[in-house]
Amino acid sequence: MLLIRCPYCNDELPELEYSYAGEAHVDRPPDPASLDDEAWRDFLFVRRNPRGLHLERWRHAFGCGRFFNAVRDTATDEVIHTYHAGEPRPDLEKFDRGAS
Amino acid sequence: MKYRVANKGRLGAEVGFSFDGRSLTGRRGDTLASALLANGVHLVGRSFKYHRPRGILSAGSEEPNALVSIKRPGGRSDPNTRATVQELFEGLVADSQHRWPSLAVDLNALTSIASPFVAAGFYYKTFMWPRSFWTRFYEPVIRAAAGLGEAPTDPDPDTYAHLYEHCDVLVIGGGIAGIAAAMSAGASGAKTILVDEQAEIGGTLLSDPSVEIDGASCWQWLEKAHDELGEMDNVLVLSRTTAIGYYHQNMVVMAQRLTDHRDGPPPKALPRERLWHVRAKQVVLAQGAIERPLVFSGNDRPGVMLADASRTYLNRYGVLVGARPLVVTNNDTAWNAAFDLAEAGADIAAIVDERFEVHPDLKGRARTLNINVLTGHHVAKTEGRLRIVAAIVHSDQGAAKQRIVCDAVLMSGGWTPSVHLFSHTRGSLNWNPDEQSFLPGDTIERCRPVGAGNGTTTFQGAATEGATAGAAAAEDAGFKSTERAIKVRSTSELDQPLTVLAHSAVPEGAKAFIDFQNDVTTRDIKQAVREGFTSIEHVKRYTTTGMATDQGKTSNINGLKVAAASIGKPAPDIGLTTFRPPYTPTTFGALAGHHKGATFDIERRTPIDAWAEAEGAVYEPVGQWRRARYFPQGQEDMHQAVARECMAVRNSLGMFDASTLGKIEIVGPDAAEFMNRMYTNPWTKLTPGRCRYGLMLSEDGFIYDDGVIGRLGPDRFHVTTTTGGAPRVLNMMEDYLQTEWSDLSVWLTSVTEQWAVIALAGPRSRDLIKPMIDDVDLSDEAFPHMSIATGHILSIPMRLFRVSFSGERGYEINVPARYGLGLWKHLFAEGQRYDITPYGTETMHVLRAEKGFIIVGQDTDGTVTPDDAGLNWAIGKKKPDFVGKRSLTRPDMSKPDRKHLVGLLTTDSNEVLPEGAQIVADPDQQIPMDMIGHVTSSYWSAPSGRSIAMALVAGGRNRFGETVYIPLEGKTVPATVTATTFFDPDNKRINA
Repeated sequence: MLLIRCPYCNDELPELEYSYAGEAHVDRPPDPASLDDEAWRDFLFVRRNPRGLHLERWRHAFGCGRFFNAVRDTATDEVIHTYHAGEPRPDLEKFDRGAS
Repeated sequence: MKYRVANKGRLGAEVGFSFDGRSLTGRRGDTLASALLANGVHLVGRSFKYHRPRGILSAGSEEPNALVSIKRPGGRSDPNTRATVQELFEGLVADSQHRWPSLAVDLNALTSIASPFVAAGFYYKTFMWPRSFWTRFYEPVIRAAAGLGEAPTDPDPDTYAHLYEHCDVLVIGGGIAGIAAAMSAGASGAKTILVDEQAEIGGTLLSDPSVEIDGASCWQWLEKAHDELGEMDNVLVLSRTTAIGYYHQNMVVMAQRLTDHRDGPPPKALPRERLWHVRAKQVVLAQGAIERPLVFSGNDRPGVMLADASRTYLNRYGVLVGARPLVVTNNDTAWNAAFDLAEAGADIAAIVDERFEVHPDLKGRARTLNINVLTGHHVAKTEGRLRIVAAIVHSDQGAAKQRIVCDAVLMSGGWTPSVHLFSHTRGSLNWNPDEQSFLPGDTIERCRPVGAGNGTTTFQGAATEGATAGAAAAEDAGFKSTERAIKVRSTSELDQPLTVLAHSAVPEGAKAFIDFQNDVTTRDIKQAVREGFTSIEHVKRYTTTGMATDQGKTSNINGLKVAAASIGKPAPDIGLTTFRPPYTPTTFGALAGHHKGATFDIERRTPIDAWAEAEGAVYEPVGQWRRARYFPQGQEDMHQAVARECMAVRNSLGMFDASTLGKIEIVGPDAAEFMNRMYTNPWTKLTPGRCRYGLMLSEDGFIYDDGVIGRLGPDRFHVTTTTGGAPRVLNMMEDYLQTEWSDLSVWLTSVTEQWAVIALAGPRSRDLIKPMIDDVDLSDEAFPHMSIATGHILSIPMRLFRVSFSGERGYEINVPARYGLGLWKHLFAEGQRYDITPYGTETMHVLRAEKGFIIVGQDTDGTVTPDDAGLNWAIGKKKPDFVGKRSLTRPDMSKPDRKHLVGLLTTDSNEVLPEGAQIVADPDQQIPMDMIGHVTSSYWSAPSGRSIAMALVAGGRNRFGETVYIPLEGKTVPATVTATTFFDPDNKRINA
């Protein structure tokens, strides 16, 4: 079972308290009507699915209820870093641990 | 107990037990296996596929053969228990399995004669056609002939507990390496847990009392070590506890057995097992190693055993496994078995070593003990039916053969480090050519493999490695390192590292077993490779090697070596199959813990539930709620009860517990703007005091949820959702609010459980409540359909909705949950004058279907757009945006052949279609037919006097009046496509 730090509660807690909410930094377009079908499709369905570091959203569903962002290594499943929703994309270089 | 050796073993008083009805005696401290061997019983089971007689192969949890059924006091029984781990207790009843009529005469053993035809893939190839034979014939017969023990039929009377723990250092395995690690970690002050699967810690030391540690006999040292660990408050020693799985971030799951070894029925206060979830900062893996069999024809006969197991039976249990054992090996360790057994009085038939070169010390000791040694020889085959009687031994130089009479064969094909838990961490494994085995490599988890499980095969090496690892683990967990020095002297160890012959002779015979439990031979594996299976994972699945309850503990490496030789690649290039939890078979009870029966899952009940139960309601689960489905009177069945309840609502008055409706209160200056964005409908102009049907889409444009929403004020909405949808609706709202529109000033609160909701439906509904409400004008002018008001009913604060899910005049009275039951009872009593009738979810479903109202999740399935469902009227077309709006203009969303929600009227009005039934346009089309849709809702409608149904049908709204067909078992039902409203199409009854 993963351990995840809620950046709002500032506590490392078991995965059971959280729910996954998809890839992070996929902003809803402010004016969806201005997008053509391909661009809207990409917003709806096209996701990165990398092997390695992945920026994703989690919700502390059984805690504070807040959505936040996390850096997870999909090769090890380990959640390496978490940060508030709305904060800029972190520099992934500093998490590169060589192994994966 | 004629094979018991005086002054040997760690045994207590005599206890009685029985095996296959025979009364026998053993001693406290025995396992069932050792007690059987002490009585000269080697034949304990029949093999899985060929029903070959099988004995006891090992002395530990890796046992593949000796599976028995155990009966324990109080009607308890367990199949497939390994005799080698079942501790003996007074009155234990064990029975062999998988034989008929008896163990010695098993008629199913005829399969063995036919075995050339039951090779790898036999089932896959032979029982292919006709297909219908599978369920009716092949499967029942195969299942009856194969399989192991029988599952108990009675409910499990025991309780099981789950326990959660944190520690600094978890040491898995209580041999010398694990004990050393726990002592060092414990001395540093770190919170330490030491677990071992056996009844007592000690591991291999329990089988080798000649070892001296810190100047004392190792058994004396073990006692001191046990006391020392016990005196440390920060150290917990758990015996009879198996670490079954190693999960992310050092979460180790362990099964602790508390009662299976006790005399008499287990104490009520004690669970049978505890499942521990331990989160450890650091883990030391000291799992040890498992001896491998040698592969020769007839290596499975009763009496053939792992060499070190025979040494364990002698030294730990005081049992000589044979009077004239033959020792066969390809490495040094088995020689100790020969020496120990010879010194205890056995007449060693010979030591057969495949190697030409053997350490002179071994040869010297064999000479002293007068043991005949044959180097450069191997066993080709064995003889004997229910017990081995002789082995045919070949020379590897020249063609010399000899027949050696023996009553046991003690074999050693080398040692396999137990890397199971390490592999659970997805750690890499490195091939060790000297020992012909895989050793732990790198892992992302914070763990340290030590001892024999790490390829360290000497006692001193294991002790030092364990102590170092324990100290280092404690230091990494934040404690001061204190390594405990342990000095070991062992006369049984040589001054050379353990090496194992790389290429043991593997004869061609069909009875050279690799996997004893699944009856997989060398021939099966070679055949699988010949047939094109070159991945070890495929070879495993095709031959089933390594797939039984022992999970290949004794067979993996032998199987790999045979496969590698057949494929023509080195073993490390072929690799191992993946180890998965659990390490050893684990009871379902332990995994389930308290999650069974009434505590299996959360059951939510409304405040009115107790009344419904007392009235004899029949329930159905809806999400986690239990809801009254109908209220049968007298001998009524569901059909009769629902028809009565429906007519009562249409004719006079029904009452319904709608408390399970999801409720979300949306409050804030931007509440209306938030609603505009979340729902398809326009909300800006909805005046306070009015309600509107709300439709919610997901961003892909498909219907996500719906419900009636009341506006209580400019900044306040009372939102209802479907019963099952409330959590995901709130989650989606929070998601948009927190992450997309965080500029909106809105607060969302779940109030599902704060309000009890009583729905009154029927022409007399207003008449009932009017006298109870003073502060709301209930006239149709002041409080028309789709209104909301706050006020009081019988002085109870309420939110009153005028809504209808039945087409009748309807009110939904929301009161604080604690008043729900009282108000319900009062309304029921006062309603008697109108023949008030409580109704359940089934009637609610029929009433709404008569009106064509959808249920999200029943009439929709995540692929239905508002247009598909005929709900375009609910879309605020002038709104610039709402969740899902952009998707509605994707080309796919307006295709003419999309499935539309329509009504179906069967030609035979008495025919009620099954929900989910497929619909075709041409009933005469050949199978496979083109399906154009399916039935989503179908009921008998008492008010209409006929059946009604709703269905999703391709281009359905263009088919009104057409006949479609529903092929069912044995008949095809024609039906006419109609609109979805079956009753009161002009909505006249809403004000009736």
